[in-house]
Amino acid sequence: MHKGADCPVWDLILYWSEFNEDMMTQLRQKLLVLYAHSPDLHSQAVAWSLYDGTGRDRSSSGDGEEPPYASVVAAMQDGWRVVQFPQQHPAYPGMEYNTSYLKYEYILEKMEEIDGG
Amino acid sequence: MVDKQYLLNTKQLAQFAADGFLRFDELVDDELNQAACAEMEAGVPRGRAGAPLAELWPDAVLGRVVRLPEIQGIIASLVGADPLYDHHAVHTVAANHEHGQIWHADAIIDTRLHFDIQLFYFAHDTPREMGGTMFLPGSQYRRISESDIARYQNFLGQAPMVCKAGTVAVAHHGIWHCAQPNLTDRQRYMFKLRLNPTVRQKRLWNTDDIDDPEIPGLLNANHRWYGNEVRLEVVNRIKFWRFLTGDENYDVSYWLSRLENAPENKPQAA
Repeated sequence: MHKGADCPVWDLILYWSEFNEDMMTQLRQKLLVLYAHSPDLHSQAVAWSLYDGTGRDRSSSGDGEEPPYASVVAAMQDGWRVVQFPQQHPAYPGMEYNTSYLKYEYILEKMEEIDGG
Repeated sequence: MVDKQYLLNTKQLAQFAADGFLRFDELVDDELNQAACAEMEAGVPRGRAGAPLAELWPDAVLGRVVRLPEIQGIIASLVGADPLYDHHAVHTVAANHEHGQIWHADAIIDTRLHFDIQLFYFAHDTPREMGGTMFLPGSQYRRISESDIARYQNFLGQAPMVCKAGTVAVAHHGIWHCAQPNLTDRQRYMFKLRLNPTVRQKRLWNTDDIDDPEIPGLLNANHRWYGNEVRLEVVNRIKFWRFLTGDENYDVSYWLSRLENAPENKPQAA
């Protein structure tokens, strides 16, 4: 394959590349982080965060009293894709009763078009 | 010596053990509040970390606030009557500041049972649109370092300090908290003071109600945001309550007694 003005295959590749680039530049990722009551994805969301790559939303601490979805599955039903699943680890010896971060953290994404898309 | 009438009672201590903070609405009068606001605008001189609190601010308005018998009673009940000054800060949130501060604790990982307290003094009215400090009830036993928790934005049961002028909160050093947006056109002020104990923190409060039947229920509170870990939270409160009361057998709902039952170590009957 070489670049040539009269090569239809090259034209097709160029068109596809531009099409892809066009699409990529107009989609942005939104992340929704849901913390579940238990490892069950149907269990109640008890904490949440939203990070919006479209630039339309600027969430911050304390800006909601109720989670945007009742559970991870409820968010999936609305089109959110789970992109990270929390691993489960047994407690280290001597640390059985220590608490720290929220354990059941699910990261979900949606791709959304930005203005002009 | 603090008069007993100003000390906290056992139910308040149980609430502190469960929630990690207590609030006292409109504790300081308007005259002091207004003078304190003016002093905060001018600046409050910093003391030497580790100095006796009693040596600080002999002539300052904030010193008069701290020396109010009600506040001396709170302090004496939690860290003893002669605590050390750790540091203070006049926290401000500018007018029309639209974003909440990240969640954090004012501590690195601190494994002691002994604890410091922080007083939060709101010298002017703080409606929700002005923010208030947001506390996360029951977060004080979680082992995290300062802003490790900044990814989180909202929790079920988070509690903003929406209050009238003169309100004071006292919190365990490990409490998770964050300043909230200030959507008004006035700057918000909050005076925060951290104190260290100098005595064993055991039964420093008014213990007349030590056997109150409501205490196990207070210690068993479920703040919801920790989900399935509620029982671990209660276990940590039981350990803290044993530390505070000196009762090494205290329990709630048999959680620790069950684990401490070790029949293999009991002498066998002949």
